Amino acid sequence: MTEPRDLAPTPGQTIGPFFGYALPFPGDHVLAPAGHPDTVRLRGRVLDGDGAPVPDALLELWQADPEGRPVQREGSLRRDGATFTGWGRASTRTDGGYDFVTLRPGPVDGGAPFFALTVFARGLLNRLFTRIYLPGYGDAQAADPLLSGLPEDRRRTLLAREEDGDLVWDLRLQGPDETVFLTYPRHRS
Amino acid sequence: MANPSTDPDAAAASQAEVDAEIRGIRESYERVREEGGDGTEETQPRLDYPPYRSSLLRHPTKDPHHADPEGVELLAPCFGHSDVDPVEADLTIQHSGDPIGERMVITGRVLDGDGRPVAGQLVEIWQANAAGRYIHQRDQHHAPVDPNFTGVGRCLTDADGGYTFTTIKPGPYPWKNHHNAWRPAHVHFSLFGTDFTQRMITQMYFPGDPLFDLDPILQSIVDPRARERLVATYDHDVTSHEWSTGYRWDIVLTGAHRTPLEAEDD
Repeated sequence: MTEPRDLAPTPGQTIGPFFGYALPFPGDHVLAPAGHPDTVRLRGRVLDGDGAPVPDALLELWQADPEGRPVQREGSLRRDGATFTGWGRASTRTDGGYDFVTLRPGPVDGGAPFFALTVFARGLLNRLFTRIYLPGYGDAQAADPLLSGLPEDRRRTLLAREEDGDLVWDLRLQGPDETVFLTYPRHRS
Repeated sequence: MANPSTDPDAAAASQAEVDAEIRGIRESYERVREEGGDGTEETQPRLDYPPYRSSLLRHPTKDPHHADPEGVELLAPCFGHSDVDPVEADLTIQHSGDPIGERMVITGRVLDGDGRPVAGQLVEIWQANAAGRYIHQRDQHHAPVDPNFTGVGRCLTDADGGYTFTTIKPGPYPWKNHHNAWRPAHVHFSLFGTDFTQRMITQMYFPGDPLFDLDPILQSIVDPRARERLVATYDHDVTSHEWSTGYRWDIVLTGAHRTPLEAEDD
């Protein structure tokens, strides 16, 4: 095998307009095993700088299980209906709406629980990372290193709200209420 | 450039106007580097890249927040042989007949930023057919659909980080970013690393394509060395006698964040 020309990271590119026949798959957004009593719907919309819906975005969710343990199980692409793998993929609809059916992640090592999220879209030249924090963990969130380092108006973009038993969270790519997106050490741009 | 239209179907500007915008951004990048700047080579596309009209309302305007990865971010989802069948790596055998076009093999390795192979992870590809047409309702390009080609493949990387797909070389196709806009031929790649923070989607291009300089999506990677990393190499050792041409393309994800706990001899 030849070695790559260098170890600089390969550039990202937009997911483009026509991923809709390639990446979605049956049950991609349903992480919770069928019939599990603690199933919760996480839903919301993806919006652009005009507040208009983004109908061609793809979200990927990655989370710990309800006990706060990261899951390392295969079976996310061909789901057996019983295994919780912690990973799922949802396409937005024409109204920009998305939803996941999943289980609430528990606190990992006693921290504030969150969903890790990646967003891809036509018009978005590289993927974005963010987190969705769960309501009801005020003390843990006050101590959370990420949330506590954000001004109040920015912090709330990462908090899901409870509505009719669902978790609701909107993603704004641009604008005054723009979602906080994350970059990690060792990422170069 | 005065308020370019954000309507993806507007096709308002001419290629010459878009070329001028691309050139202006490139010259400004080069000028900053020559004048000392911070000397850093940009390795990723600009999110705010006005020549790609669809990016105007879809790029974040605030700097990304630096976060230390925690919890699940330090791990990646797990895929295995129950998820992916080995035949999914051959896009030419998914239907009853042979697809039309140049049969080719694309092979390479997926490595992390420290040069370690990314083993057992999912690689997904999708692409247009030889005529530049996708199997997609919204693709109304007047080129034939190939009943024997869907253009979707998956595989898991091997122990050495290697992947291999057999497919058909895609054609260039028009799009509505501006008047007479054509995308260079490309294959979309979706990749996972060993950390969630390494997740990426990109596009692989073919050497010598005359459309490179005209394409705002490729040119959104402003540094020429970084752009070059998306261009595969023709490799005659991958080409096989009377069967297929061969291309090699290696992919480097960002570095892993976890301190490796495994012994070096594993």
